[in-house]
Amino acid sequence: MRVAEFVAALAIALFSVYLMWKSGEGPSWDPNATRFANIGINVNNEGPGSGFWPFWLSLAMLVSSVVIMVNAALRRTPQSRSEERYLDARGKRMFVLVGGGLLLFLALIETVGFYGAMPVFLFAYIRYLGRHPWWLALLIALVVPIFCFFFFDIAMRIVLPKRLLEPLFIPLYEIFL
Amino acid sequence: MEVLQLLLDGVWAALQPVNLGLAFLGVVIGLLVGAMPGLGSVNGVAILLPFTFVIQQLTGTVSSPMIFLAAIYYGAMYGGAISSITLGIPGASTAVATTFDGRPLALQGNADRALVIAAVASFIGGTIANLLFTGAAPLLATVALRFGNPEVFALMLLAFATFVGLGGDDIPKTIVSICFGLVMSSVGFDIISGAPRLLLFDSTEWFSRGIQFLVLAIGVYGIGEMLWTINSTSNDIKMASAKINLRRVFRALLWMRKCWKGTLIGSFLGFFVGILPAAGATPGALMAYGVTKMVSSRRRHFGSGEVDGIAAPESANNSASTGAMLPMMTLGIPGSPTTAVLLAGMVIWGLTPGPLLFTDSPDFVWPLIGSFYVSNVIAVLVNLACIPLFIRVLRMPFTILAALIFVLSVVGTYAAYQNMYDVWLMMFFGIGAFLLRILDYPLAPAVLAIVLGPIAEPTLRQSLLLSDGSWMIFIERPIAGPITICAIVLMLLPLLGLIRRKFRAMRD
Amino acid sequence: MRNFMKLVLGMVATCLALALAPAHAEFSPTKPIDFVIMAGKGGGADKMARLMQAIVEQHELANRPLVPVNKSGGSGAEALVALNSATDPDHTIMVTLNSFFTTPLRQPGLEVDIMQFAPVGRMAEDTFVLWVNVEEGINSFEEFLAEAKARGSGWVMGGTGSAQEDQIITDFLNDTYELEIKYIPYKGGGAVAKDLAGNQIDSSVNNPSEALGFYEAGTVIPLVAFTDERLPMFPDVPTLAETGVDFAYYMQRAVVGAPGMSDDAQAYYTGLFESVYNSAEWQEYKSDKSLLGDFLPGDALRDYWGVQRDRHETILRASGAIN
Repeated sequence: MRVAEFVAALAIALFSVYLMWKSGEGPSWDPNATRFANIGINVNNEGPGSGFWPFWLSLAMLVSSVVIMVNAALRRTPQSRSEERYLDARGKRMFVLVGGGLLLFLALIETVGFYGAMPVFLFAYIRYLGRHPWWLALLIALVVPIFCFFFFDIAMRIVLPKRLLEPLFIPLYEIFL
Repeated sequence: MEVLQLLLDGVWAALQPVNLGLAFLGVVIGLLVGAMPGLGSVNGVAILLPFTFVIQQLTGTVSSPMIFLAAIYYGAMYGGAISSITLGIPGASTAVATTFDGRPLALQGNADRALVIAAVASFIGGTIANLLFTGAAPLLATVALRFGNPEVFALMLLAFATFVGLGGDDIPKTIVSICFGLVMSSVGFDIISGAPRLLLFDSTEWFSRGIQFLVLAIGVYGIGEMLWTINSTSNDIKMASAKINLRRVFRALLWMRKCWKGTLIGSFLGFFVGILPAAGATPGALMAYGVTKMVSSRRRHFGSGEVDGIAAPESANNSASTGAMLPMMTLGIPGSPTTAVLLAGMVIWGLTPGPLLFTDSPDFVWPLIGSFYVSNVIAVLVNLACIPLFIRVLRMPFTILAALIFVLSVVGTYAAYQNMYDVWLMMFFGIGAFLLRILDYPLAPAVLAIVLGPIAEPTLRQSLLLSDGSWMIFIERPIAGPITICAIVLMLLPLLGLIRRKFRAMRD
Repeated sequence: MRNFMKLVLGMVATCLALALAPAHAEFSPTKPIDFVIMAGKGGGADKMARLMQAIVEQHELANRPLVPVNKSGGSGAEALVALNSATDPDHTIMVTLNSFFTTPLRQPGLEVDIMQFAPVGRMAEDTFVLWVNVEEGINSFEEFLAEAKARGSGWVMGGTGSAQEDQIITDFLNDTYELEIKYIPYKGGGAVAKDLAGNQIDSSVNNPSEALGFYEAGTVIPLVAFTDERLPMFPDVPTLAETGVDFAYYMQRAVVGAPGMSDDAQAYYTGLFESVYNSAEWQEYKSDKSLLGDFLPGDALRDYWGVQRDRHETILRASGAIN
């Protein structure tokens, strides 16, 4: 846990530095803008510049994450004293399966659209992670997308992307819209 | 007394069968839309706006279509709490604070209590707001006009001050969380200089649109919290049995006695924040939660299923949504995205919202106000009647519920912003939130910050632009001054406590 | 299972055939039309877009619904990029305003060429009027000039966005009359109008639709119109040209199609929006909100863009907003 605490704070610290660096960037149409010219409180007599808010807040974030690292090193917080593992074996397996599954789900949406990906994700999750009977998994995997289609696409006029499956839906639009 | 007569006529008009039917239909649609994660009243209202022309033609009045839309607005405020409590995903941005305590209470097997309190508190909040609206609309409109940029910023400062205690005991982690939310809220585009900024990884496509509030909120609550629950419990847990019958509903009603404080704070605070055009219902609900926690003697129990922590934001978001109607109707300024669409509707129907609306179109204004009262009653009754149905959701095996929550989070995020980038971003935030959650980073402050950031930053900079960079503008102005001083004192309180404890420890 | 696959394949084949075959026939949309709005919910452009959508639905002008999508990010940059990379240009259209000209100039990194967009039709031109709060006691443009000059940078003008319409007009006033008006950017015209009515700022150049409510209530008064002729709604308010300075500035309210839209589709949408333009509702809205401008279809609109883009480039270059 202590190592995790330290690593997380380090990651946040690095991210804060990146944010500070980005905050100082001048506008894209002005190639002569110097970095960090926009973080002042009164830039060109026009009040705080565009980088004022993110820069100083990122700095506060950086300082805080350094304090967290020091606390971790000195074992000052409950997390840094804990001897528990950050993620135990079961937790790791769960994280890879569920987290990975979710990312795969999104990747699938990008290729076959919401209505292709939803049944696959629901079926896989309920059947293999939940160990429910296959007929139940199949039922939910079919009912939910159908409900979503009528709720979002037809009733709410929010057209969910279909990607490759788009042609399949043209007859449905013909009927329902 | 003239007001009373006008109001009675208005209520009578709202009780006409056509209007009553429209209000009922609107409330039901609103409940549905509000309960769906990612969708809020704004979606319902925007989608049904074209449909209101048909109503206008059929009924021949302009008040009927507005009654319909206002009922959707009302229903959605009630509906937001439902998914916050049963699924743990905020149904709408206004219901974020409801998840803080509603979700833990549901996990303890008391979802019925949480839902009943949410409904009744909403009703009380709505009713108090209606009374304030009826009695003092024109007066309050002038108050809203007095709030310029420095005043709004001072108010945001106050909101942060009430939330200083929202995080855990680990102050650096709370600061990281707040700052993260505030910086993320400034990604994309700077209104003041008109320049794109913080385009992370130089990706215009991903970040020029900024990071939307629900992307972070759904990521944290829909994905992060779910992963955490799966990790910290065994995968096959059943939620504590959620039974429901009339007796339990009645017993839950008795719990209202324990949360009158939160309800009252929420009702009044929500209303006053709601009438400020810049703010709207979401900051109102969050502030009500913060203030109630601050004054509560049971402060330590907040976040683990305290009833006051449900009553405050729920009464506040209803009250604020009525309050937000005020600047819309009397000033023609929308206080929230939903009122913006309602305003568009009024313009299309041929009305001119503004200071003269009350005198020029009484046949529009009073039936509408009457319908606020009527819709509020319909909404609480429909909601209470449906609670057994919502409870059923919680009886589902956890592995099925989890799969549904994941799918709803993804679909909801897409539906809210109609962009796949936001869905990916939501997922990354969710996974990151899970990894930090294990280390006890408080995440609610980040969600709060991303709501208030986009209001606080521009008003701060506009004020300093106005004052040529002098910070005294926040102290010198008659309204901003007291608010700023209050906020600063509140922020310093925990610090003083800390010093006193240190001092005492040294003496011992 | 095999039968099911056959069915699916059959459906795909039919649909593809349906989608590809009528290449020469008249275009008509086969799926919901993405109706991108280059501004946030509730702004002037949004109100107008929703009115157009309502008119289309009410008169059943199109056989597929228009689905409004607000893309307000980056002063319209988000919407421009979305249209530029639209996967189905025949079903993607957008409501635009003047950020259509200024945003690509200010953000060359977007690599957007507005001349590639399909001109569908200009629905109206919105007008700009100079407003002050009644309590200032100013009744004419001359008095305004005297007072603003006396107060120097203490005179505050509120407006929507930065280096956009409102600031362009403010810069023009500053340059022409040697004023030092301080410009404060807001997110939307509604907030500007409210702050003017609340006396938080000293003047604004709101569109009439934004300030109308306060005008009728007698809290704000118009001083001068930035148009070629007097507005029918304010017959007593002079144009800037009458005061001796030849300057007029309008906001385009136009519908454009995504780059790569087929000619047939463009003709279809032009016809669709011409019907919207001619509807009684649109004409009424136009006169109620003091909008000007005739319907400008196809190539005429593209020529108009060319003129407008060059004009904005000159203005922005002069003010130092681009170089």
